Amino acid sequence: MPTTRATAEEADQETEIKDRSAVRTLLRLWPYVRPVRARLFTAAFVAIIASCVGLVIPLVLKWMVDGPVADRDLAGVWLGALYLLLLGLTEALLFGLRRWLIARPLAGVEASMRADLYRHLQRLPVAFHDRWASGQLLSRGTTDLMLLRMFLAFPLTFLLVNAVTILVGVIIMLGQDWTLGLIILGPAVPVVVTCVVFEKKYAAVARLAQDQVGDLTTVVEESVLGIRIIKGFGRHRSQARAFRELSRTLRGTELRKARLLSTIWGVIVTLPELAIGAALIVGVVQVADGELSAGTLVAFLSTALALRWPVDSIGFLLAMSQEAATATERYFEVMDAKPETAPAAGSRAAGAAPVPQRAAPPSEQRPHAAAGSSTEQLGGLQFLGVRFRYPDAPADTTPILDHIDLHIRPGESMALVGATGSGKTTLTALVPRLHELTSGRITLDGEDITEMSREELRAKVSVAFEEPTLFSATVGENVLMGARPDADTPDLDRALAIAQADFAHALPQGTATQVGEQGLSLSGGQRQRLALARAVVGRPRFLVLDDPLSALDVHTEAAVEAALRRVLAETTALIVAHRPSTVLLADRVALLSGGRIAAVGTHHELLRTNAEYAHLMSGTEESEPTKESEQAEEVAR
Amino acid sequence: MTAPTTTAPAPDDNDNNADSHGPQPHKGDPFDRDALPTPPGATLTLLRSLLAPMKARVVMTSVLLLLQQAAVQAGPLLVAYAIDSAVPAFRDGRHGPLVAVAVGYLLCAVAAGGLQYAFIRASARVNQDVLLDLRGRIFRHAQALSIDFHERYTSGRLISRSTTDVESLRELLNEGLQELVGVILACAYISAMLLWLDLGLGAAALASFVPLYGLVRSYRRRAASVYAARSTAIAAVIVKFAETMNGIRPVRAFRREAVNDAEFGRLNRHHERTNGDAILEMARYVVCSRVVANVTVAAIVLWGAYRVASQSLALGVLAAAVLYLRRLYDPIDRLGMFLNSYQSAAASLEKIAGLLAQTPSVPEPAEPRELPPPASELPGREVVFEGVTFAYRTGGEVLPRFDLTLPAGSTVAVVGSTGAGKSTLAKLLARFYDPTAGRVLLDGVDLRDLAVPELRRGVVMVTQESFLFSGTVAENIAIGRPDATREEIERAAKAIGAHDFITALPEGYDTDVRKRGGRISAGQRQLVAFARALLADPAVLILDEATSSLDIPGERSVQRAMSTVLRGRTAVVIAHRLSTVEIADRVLVMEQGRVVEDGTPAELITGTGRFADLHQAWRDSLA
Repeated sequence: MPTTRATAEEADQETEIKDRSAVRTLLRLWPYVRPVRARLFTAAFVAIIASCVGLVIPLVLKWMVDGPVADRDLAGVWLGALYLLLLGLTEALLFGLRRWLIARPLAGVEASMRADLYRHLQRLPVAFHDRWASGQLLSRGTTDLMLLRMFLAFPLTFLLVNAVTILVGVIIMLGQDWTLGLIILGPAVPVVVTCVVFEKKYAAVARLAQDQVGDLTTVVEESVLGIRIIKGFGRHRSQARAFRELSRTLRGTELRKARLLSTIWGVIVTLPELAIGAALIVGVVQVADGELSAGTLVAFLSTALALRWPVDSIGFLLAMSQEAATATERYFEVMDAKPETAPAAGSRAAGAAPVPQRAAPPSEQRPHAAAGSSTEQLGGLQFLGVRFRYPDAPADTTPILDHIDLHIRPGESMALVGATGSGKTTLTALVPRLHELTSGRITLDGEDITEMSREELRAKVSVAFEEPTLFSATVGENVLMGARPDADTPDLDRALAIAQADFAHALPQGTATQVGEQGLSLSGGQRQRLALARAVVGRPRFLVLDDPLSALDVHTEAAVEAALRRVLAETTALIVAHRPSTVLLADRVALLSGGRIAAVGTHHELLRTNAEYAHLMSGTEESEPTKESEQAEEVAR
Repeated sequence: MTAPTTTAPAPDDNDNNADSHGPQPHKGDPFDRDALPTPPGATLTLLRSLLAPMKARVVMTSVLLLLQQAAVQAGPLLVAYAIDSAVPAFRDGRHGPLVAVAVGYLLCAVAAGGLQYAFIRASARVNQDVLLDLRGRIFRHAQALSIDFHERYTSGRLISRSTTDVESLRELLNEGLQELVGVILACAYISAMLLWLDLGLGAAALASFVPLYGLVRSYRRRAASVYAARSTAIAAVIVKFAETMNGIRPVRAFRREAVNDAEFGRLNRHHERTNGDAILEMARYVVCSRVVANVTVAAIVLWGAYRVASQSLALGVLAAAVLYLRRLYDPIDRLGMFLNSYQSAAASLEKIAGLLAQTPSVPEPAEPRELPPPASELPGREVVFEGVTFAYRTGGEVLPRFDLTLPAGSTVAVVGSTGAGKSTLAKLLARFYDPTAGRVLLDGVDLRDLAVPELRRGVVMVTQESFLFSGTVAENIAIGRPDATREEIERAAKAIGAHDFITALPEGYDTDVRKRGGRISAGQRQLVAFARALLADPAVLILDEATSSLDIPGERSVQRAMSTVLRGRTAVVIAHRLSTVEIADRVLVMEQGRVVEDGTPAELITGTGRFADLHQAWRDSLA
């Protein structure tokens, strides 16, 4: 059963391994933390005060026991109790204040990072999404961000608070007795060294674990999206096995994390304790020799013991920080990917940038221009010397599309025919700029598509995809997505009528019926018709239909065709077609072959003059036997 | 805002309509509210059943923690001993006590560190095993649930269950149990010390447990709803996120970015609010518990001081009691941490338990039967629909009483307009659904009596959806038969005409479908789906509009392959393209869930019925 480990590896390759220092990585969070910095700093300050108050309470107790109680001073007792009460209440309120200060802001930081991630992902090139399993993206948007929030809530504050506490404590201890102070400081060097070594190792393992969580997420997601295949082949057990393998791997990684953690924790607990023990022995000897007062030793040791939690906690605080750093790394890995457009605003000016070769096309590409389009700036939809290769494909591979010159006149519909995998869908994806041209240009009514904003372009061009995706919304909302915001019920009804999707009215809540994730509860044909309705509802000037009728039965297809003809009469359209019936919707046909437009003409012309076309349309041409015998041979081998 | 979280809608539901999300008409549907009914006590039962197999290890881990705490607590005692006894002894020239302290401290330090080391490892093992078990249970159960469940539950929620919800259990196990054991230990130890020092003071200190108990209870009650709301909120965020990323092309093409941003923003803000609520709930608890604790300390000190003043209490006892008292309430905060993890985990576990409580509507048989040995050496088997009716849950009977016999080895084409029930027929035969009444029989055996492996040796369905799993092309084909050799995989691909395009991919059969240059068109995906079915080699093959994205030559070559592949097999072919019908030896025309025409293609074409119409229309469409 396929797994997704590759995705994580790939993600790793893509990360430019620059400085992986945790601190530097975490500093990237600053823009998100900035808006709440006042609250966060105040909270840290409050935490410091609160721990100070906590330190004062025992002092008051000591004072009471030594003073008023011992002296039987009742007024003093009352006063002491009052102090205790006030300090206690202050401490409690400060504790609460710290949490209250950061509760909403940190939830806000998490939310705004998530919103940014979502916003950014929506605008990343489609090619990016082709490569990234959505589970990996999802795990960044959920578990990673939760880790970050927890980091901001605890380790960040308490690393600071603890550092201050330790610093103050050490200064106090050095002030009390510098020999003992130095003994206490002794383990600092090995502890720091261990921490540094630990940080490196832990970073790698933590990253691995987080990526494996992403892989696991992907398997879960695919197991639902592909549930019909899994059920259809009775593979749920092997799917579960694959899942178990992955979760075992994750368990292994988590245990490696735990082993690292146990080591560092062991060191952090043992070494300072040994230092305290050593200080105790030396101190006792010094007291016995009269070099040190017993009171100083007691005070010294109580300070040392008071520092135990701040020191001990460094272990898990560091681990949490490290995980937060890898989470940050993973988050920005996605955020650093370049979105489709540079800033969405200055589109016209920026439009030229993504296609540097635009000015370049040498004159040799021009003569290919099809069907008498020798002059530039024609109306309609025009492809000029279009070449396309996926941006992630090596530059030396053969482009998927090359020298595409095609002109669809205003109001004309052009069918695009080609063998399976010839690049028809890719070509259609270029018009709404789902992918960027490698070179060449596409114009709409003479205007280069790179010179208009994507918003504008996609408002002009309406698309129906091969795979009709419906969103979790009502049927009506799904269809009206293709329309201007002011579209209303008549528009909806008209579009549904054209697409022969009147079944929508018969659904339990009519067009207000909710269709689930990917509209799973509708049949393929129903979804396809809704997708078609969505494409035509906005009466677009340009229509791109990718095999729009493939899942329809003959009668419905004929009805849709009849209705579509009316729409197409006033629209410039490019229609990917596999069937003669669909082809006949179009005025002319372009044959895509070997990444080029091999022929353009009417259906009947091409049927007569072009063998490949005839073969594609009827499947009975002479090229067939050779292919068949080839296959037979292959099977025989 | 608190969304309804239990099975009964909360009364404040209506006040918050502005905040509520999800479809209004379905407000009461547990699927839409992401609140599947959880049987009472199921959450605890689940937790118990997860921990039961590792009872011994949990105990061992707790013992490690106990010993570790003891080693840590020994430090102050040794300090006291050193000052009280070792110093005078040392002055007297006796080094024994000091050496004893040195050795004791060394042992304690090493024990504290070593036990900490051992505890972390041991608890990590327990935790990870529990999580592994839970993840596996969720996944296996979800896989066992039927298609109609998944159509309603959505992948986003399932992801939420197996990631964020499992994560919160992880937190409970990682920190919570440690806290809980620590708290119980400290409370017991310190209470005992207090009572031993002075019954009155001890009792007074213990009395403060009453308000604390009330506090803990109220926190639990309040937090339960807050955390459940948060868990629901994050699941809604995940559903939206997953849906957008899976449909990124239409999102782009229809300029949904801004609308999606707004919608996602709303869900995200809702989660932000519930998240903040949860943190604040915790803050409230911490403040209250601290107030109770600190007020008690002040009160006891006051009382104690009075008693010392009236000479009914020794000064030293008060000093010790007060010092212990401070430490008695430290664990209360930690109890808060535990409750925090516990509430969050309980909310998540409740959702998981709700998922696990779903019973598959297409269950596996308790006592599976075997298919009889094939009647002839041909692979095909006889299919009988016996008085089958079927209605989708959403209402409307799709198949009114239906009887049909498909003899072994026959190839039957089913045609008819969309919604005529063709796909329902196929799904019943593939046992994606069970009939509402009646039976579907394979060689006389009810499909419901067949174990899954047996069923899938019998019936395999190729649908028009051609989802590809992450992994290589070869792996995707091998889903048909996981133990197939590379040679068999390639043979299947060749037979169906997919070999050429696969070898043209950057790494041929080993091309990762998500890796660079691994883009595969819809038509090619369908070929992969066919190769998969071919490899599975079933007795009955169902093709549900499986060639819709293929071009005509592709379809022809599939048909040629099929005419050899299907020979001797029973096949049900559902297609709009009547070209497919040519390979059939029988045609059923369906209309509104009924078979309205039944005959050989030749008979029907020459007749005057619907099929003749359809066929004519199709011929016209070929033009």
